[in-house]
Amino acid sequence: MEKIWEGLTQAAMLIVGFDPDLMEITLLSLRVTITATLIASAIGLPLGAWLVVNRFRFRRVVIAIINALMGLPPVVVGLFVYVLLSRSGPFGVLGLLFTPTAMIIAQVIIITPIIVSISHQAIRELWADYHDLLISLNATRRQRIATLIVDGRRALLTASLAGFGRAIGEVGAIMIVGGNIDHATRVLTTAIALETGKGEFGMALALGFILIGLAIIVNLGVHMLSRTERGSRW
Amino acid sequence: MVTPLLPLKMEAVSVRRGGKTILGPITLQLADEGISILLGPNGSGKTTLLKTMHGVERPNTGTLHWNVAAEDARLRQAFVFQSPTILRRSVLDNISYPLTLRGVKRAEARARAEAFAARVGLSKVLDQHGMVLSGGEKQKLALARALILEPDLLFLDEPCANLDGRATRDIEEILLAVRSEGTRIVISTHDLGQARRLGDDIWFLHAGQIKETTPKDQFFSEPHSETARSYLRGDLLP
Repeated sequence: MEKIWEGLTQAAMLIVGFDPDLMEITLLSLRVTITATLIASAIGLPLGAWLVVNRFRFRRVVIAIINALMGLPPVVVGLFVYVLLSRSGPFGVLGLLFTPTAMIIAQVIIITPIIVSISHQAIRELWADYHDLLISLNATRRQRIATLIVDGRRALLTASLAGFGRAIGEVGAIMIVGGNIDHATRVLTTAIALETGKGEFGMALALGFILIGLAIIVNLGVHMLSRTERGSRW
Repeated sequence: MVTPLLPLKMEAVSVRRGGKTILGPITLQLADEGISILLGPNGSGKTTLLKTMHGVERPNTGTLHWNVAAEDARLRQAFVFQSPTILRRSVLDNISYPLTLRGVKRAEARARAEAFAARVGLSKVLDQHGMVLSGGEKQKLALARALILEPDLLFLDEPCANLDGRATRDIEEILLAVRSEGTRIVISTHDLGQARRLGDDIWFLHAGQIKETTPKDQFFSEPHSETARSYLRGDLLP
């Protein structure tokens, strides 16, 4: 309990004092995670809707695989991206290993299946409702997908936020591909792992509280901007 | 001169579901005027027949021949479903939606939607979300969304089920006005009073078959089939 209290106090001091190191790793955490969430949403939301409106062979198998990929072990993803981006790997020439870009790539791989799976589930219910109308109105496949995404945007926002939540707390993959380099690739989660390793539990807890607070603030902000959870809104 | 959409000729059309034939084989011709009423007990195939004619349901056997190309035919008809599908948008955006699908610019589509909303009495709720409307208003919205396409042929599947007398009267008045403008209408209903008020001819269905197609007055005074007589007497049909 004493450690938790110490962590809370230290977190408050770091925030009030505008600690430059804290600001740097917090901003990098946000930059990496928001970029990864935007990219994964741009891929995952249309893909989720596409899987709903299209019937093709092995569709169920594809959906089952995507659902299974939601549980991808981050360390394995990190290792996979590491091999691809390392000097001897196929993309080594790009020199991306141990950069924020490598961390974004790893996070995109981890959260895209989550966003696809949740959006697929949400859109499927809407499609059951809209199906006959959209067929009757002769909507093209592209128009159907666009309609489902626009009308299901609040449910899809939940899918993106779930992806954001997973990405902001991710440590295994970005530790491997980012390397936790000070002033370069250190983010909140890798800093927490480092402080814990050093036995600085107070500082680790302080960073943990800041991370949780950050996730809550981003979620609240998105909900307020999108005006969800207000009376009579759908 | 625009080629007429009708007649529609259906030949030996049948629909199977779960290994069971739920409609047909049916052979009929839909002529180009008036209001036809589909009557029959639950499960007789009314909805399936409407959806098959419209193209939402694909027949397992048989053919449909329109007087125009099938692709054109789809664009010249509209359907109002029994449970109106309300898009998660405002009333105005719901009504203008079919036009936007056809490439009409948003401003123009919304202006035309306002006119059709006025026609069905929804002018005061244009900016409300479609999902918060009453049952009668939702049905009017669905009707306005169908009418905005100015269809030659309008299908309605039990459009007044679960509506009170006033809402039913409003819908019927709109349908009679639409008919007088030359739109061909086919309606399924359980409401014999509505069939009397609106219908020109009655198609009586039972067990997936059209038992008779009869002018309204004759149907209610001297129906051809024994099943129709039993239905009008209020007997419980198997």
